[in-house]
Amino acid sequence: MREALNQAMREEMERDPNVFIMGEEVGHYNGAYKVTQGLLQRFSERRVVDAPIAEMGFAGVGVGAAMVGLRPIIEFMTFNFSLVAIDQIINNAAKIFQMSGGQYNIPMVFRGPSGPAVQVGSQHSQALESFYAHVPGLKVVMPSTAYDAKGLLKTSIRDDNPVVFMEGETLYGMTGEVPEEEYTIPLGVGDVKREGTHVTLVAWSRMVHTCLDAAKVLAKEDIECEVVDPRTLRPLDHGVITESVKKTGRCVIVEVGWPVAGFGAEIAYRVQRDCLDYLDAPIERVCSDDVPMPYAKNLEDEVQPQVKDVVAAVRRALYLD
Amino acid sequence: MKTPDRARVETDDETPATTVEELAPLYRQMLAIRRLEEASAKAYSQGKIGGFLHLIIGQEAVCTGAIAALKPEDYVVATYREHGHAYAKGVAARPIMAELYGKKTGLVKGLGGSMHLFDRATNFLGGYGIVGGHVPIAAGAAFASKYRGDGRVTLCFFGEGASTIGGFAEGLSLAALWKLPVVLICENNQYSMGTPLYRSLAVEDVSMRALAHGMPRDRFDGDDVIKVKRRIAEAVERARETSEPSLVEVITYRFRGHSMSDPGLYRTKDEVEEWRRRDPLTRSRARLTELGMAEDKLAALEDDVKAEIEDAVRFAEESPPADDYHSYVEKV
Repeated sequence: MREALNQAMREEMERDPNVFIMGEEVGHYNGAYKVTQGLLQRFSERRVVDAPIAEMGFAGVGVGAAMVGLRPIIEFMTFNFSLVAIDQIINNAAKIFQMSGGQYNIPMVFRGPSGPAVQVGSQHSQALESFYAHVPGLKVVMPSTAYDAKGLLKTSIRDDNPVVFMEGETLYGMTGEVPEEEYTIPLGVGDVKREGTHVTLVAWSRMVHTCLDAAKVLAKEDIECEVVDPRTLRPLDHGVITESVKKTGRCVIVEVGWPVAGFGAEIAYRVQRDCLDYLDAPIERVCSDDVPMPYAKNLEDEVQPQVKDVVAAVRRALYLD
Repeated sequence: MKTPDRARVETDDETPATTVEELAPLYRQMLAIRRLEEASAKAYSQGKIGGFLHLIIGQEAVCTGAIAALKPEDYVVATYREHGHAYAKGVAARPIMAELYGKKTGLVKGLGGSMHLFDRATNFLGGYGIVGGHVPIAAGAAFASKYRGDGRVTLCFFGEGASTIGGFAEGLSLAALWKLPVVLICENNQYSMGTPLYRSLAVEDVSMRALAHGMPRDRFDGDDVIKVKRRIAEAVERARETSEPSLVEVITYRFRGHSMSDPGLYRTKDEVEEWRRRDPLTRSRARLTELGMAEDKLAALEDDVKAEIEDAVRFAEESPPADDYHSYVEKV
């Protein structure tokens, strides 16, 4: 996935001289997670800008540059650090287009690794997509595969308003097919990652893979899960979810974030509103436990949704337990 | 390595030379800003303008003089006390007043209000309501100018109250590091809302912050609009010619409270009176008389301003209400 993201930025920078990358360690260090590897050599310091540790500052520089027509890609070393830039993201990037009466659009991408990582403690390991998905004026993209990551990032860079592009920190090493020829994927179009008839699993980013693994386990019991990946939380492809639920009559929403006011609750609301007559069981949610992330590996695993948790939720939805 | 203090060394307490041709339009602008503010205060007290209303009365020489040092293609980024800055950048009184009234014909169609004026036509990059959060945005506009080599300069206005928040510190630091063509102008009106300088800053000289960044700095009183124009022009030329940012602190005073809801009880009557005696408008008017501008010419100019602002109020009153809050947010 790392390479797919790199290709997306490289191609868009070749295509449009207004696109530039700014962030901590993006240039000479080649990226803290090596997503920007080689871009400095190709595009020079003018377009691959190493920033000091000042997220609020350089996120704001991105907003100002975008107002006057550049297309910044602002990399957060991790989205945990976006919290000190949240004023720029929510109060400026998201609002200026509307607040200016449509005079200034903000064509920029905030991107970087997000979601729980491995044994890095609670400040470096959390899912923040629900925060950003709450905000009108932002788009929130959460790819689960290399193919999706490349196509969605290219579209995000071309979008005329701010996109929060959240890459699964534990997905960078994941491999997947990416075609030679150029392609893009529109924002707001979900994808069925596995077809099935008994239950709909809705998940994004890393949880798609947890769901696919759970589906394999359940298939051995002749339970066929349909795994739906909205790919973008805002705009949300509500249609792909409801279509699936109307077919299966059961819905399990899996997210790695905290349960209270998590994005899955919004999906659950929409599913019950539009599919009530089709539902054969209450909608299930699987989330992380409602605690800051612990460090110890065994506790960390226990906190986050695992295959067994998804399997159990599916069995509940099927009244098998 | 010792970082040199790049303070402007010559002290210039003299009143800079000027002409009627130069000063009269600036006096007219300042007067229009004051009348605009007075008219909006009146409309606010009649309940025709809602929300917060932060008036710039007393500080008009700072935005007027500073923006007079710019070319039309240069950018201005300002705070929530920005009606005057928008006007000085070339925005007409009509759309400003209509915006305060929340009308469809408002500068930003009734979506922003007093604190969020924006105007692409005059390169007015906005009024911002979060203290200090706009300083990085100004650095960003300047970054874009340097990236493109377009020779534009960005002026960023903020109060001394912004000097204590992170957005200012980070914007200043990045502007200095990347040598961005921006002039950071601290309009030091001596009170961050109701808190005087000595209770919010360990070092009351805000321009000193430039020292840590090797940035040129300047500091002076902002009563004389021509002096403001000359001193800001030095910083603007430095930004344009050498892409070097500056931090300029202009000492000023707001005659009214922080906003319309603030009676200003934390200041003594004597203090306010003393500053009113230094009113930049009175000063400019007296200067124009000294320079030979006839009283009937001055009166004509003042009548013209009065008519302009009355027309703006009438326009705002008669405009249709705002009717669209969907067009600029993509539906999801």
